[in-house]
Amino acid sequence: MDLYVIVFYLFALITLASAAIVVISKNIVYSAFALLFTFFGVAGLYVLLMADFIAVTQLLIYVGGILVLLLFGVMLTTKVIRVDMRTGTVRMFPAVVIVAALAGTLIGIFWSTDWRQSPAAEGFEKTIPQIGEMLLTSYLLPFEIASVVLLVALIGAAMIARRERKTS
Amino acid sequence: MLYEIIQWLRTPGLNHFLIISGILFSLGVFAILTRRNAIMVLMGIELVLNAANINFLAFSRYTSGTLDGQVVAIFVIILAAAEAAIALAIVLNIYQNFNTVNVDEIDQLKD
Repeated sequence: MDLYVIVFYLFALITLASAAIVVISKNIVYSAFALLFTFFGVAGLYVLLMADFIAVTQLLIYVGGILVLLLFGVMLTTKVIRVDMRTGTVRMFPAVVIVAALAGTLIGIFWSTDWRQSPAAEGFEKTIPQIGEMLLTSYLLPFEIASVVLLVALIGAAMIARRERKTS
Repeated sequence: MLYEIIQWLRTPGLNHFLIISGILFSLGVFAILTRRNAIMVLMGIELVLNAANINFLAFSRYTSGTLDGQVVAIFVIILAAAEAAIALAIVLNIYQNFNTVNVDEIDQLKD
């Protein structure tokens, strides 16, 4: 067995098992912590796809930022004192049917399609300088718009969250 | 037949990553459809975005041979961060107004 194969299946197992825990677990705190392992496993898959910079970004932003934000949201909106961490589910049966059909369709398409594979796809060398160059040349406009979007999101989130409730 | 399957399993390639992302996407959609808690719905959205990112990177690695997919993945991560911040601000506001974050109990625009 190749080491690449073993690592691939390890990360795939981590990702899918913890994603299943996120979806199935009744306790929202367990879900949030399982999401940590999902993000970690996805970052490992990114490394296997020769995307080292994206993997580090994933760890920094998803695990360090979004997950902490989600945990804050959980703690601020769940009645911790009354130990009411459980979250209900609705429409279980139709959702199972729909999602099973969706997953079957997707996997069938992914399995059966004869994807055009580039023969020279031996991998990339030095992704970070290339990504930086692309961000400042061919992707300059999206890059600048992304910075504006982040600024707007920052100000907007602060305004929405801090709005005082009118006591009537 | 069995030998072919084993051989397929032993050589992880484009299809393997795509199938993982398909399963991850389905799990995310399942969380979005069934959960009542708005924050769980957000977690489902994050799973869906991660699945999309795996697809971008897999195609970038195996078919295009360029780094365009990786740049797009960066933009997806940026938008996911902005979306999470805004959505959590909205959820906190909803919690202040309605004292619940269950999406099926929030059915009025103003009180």
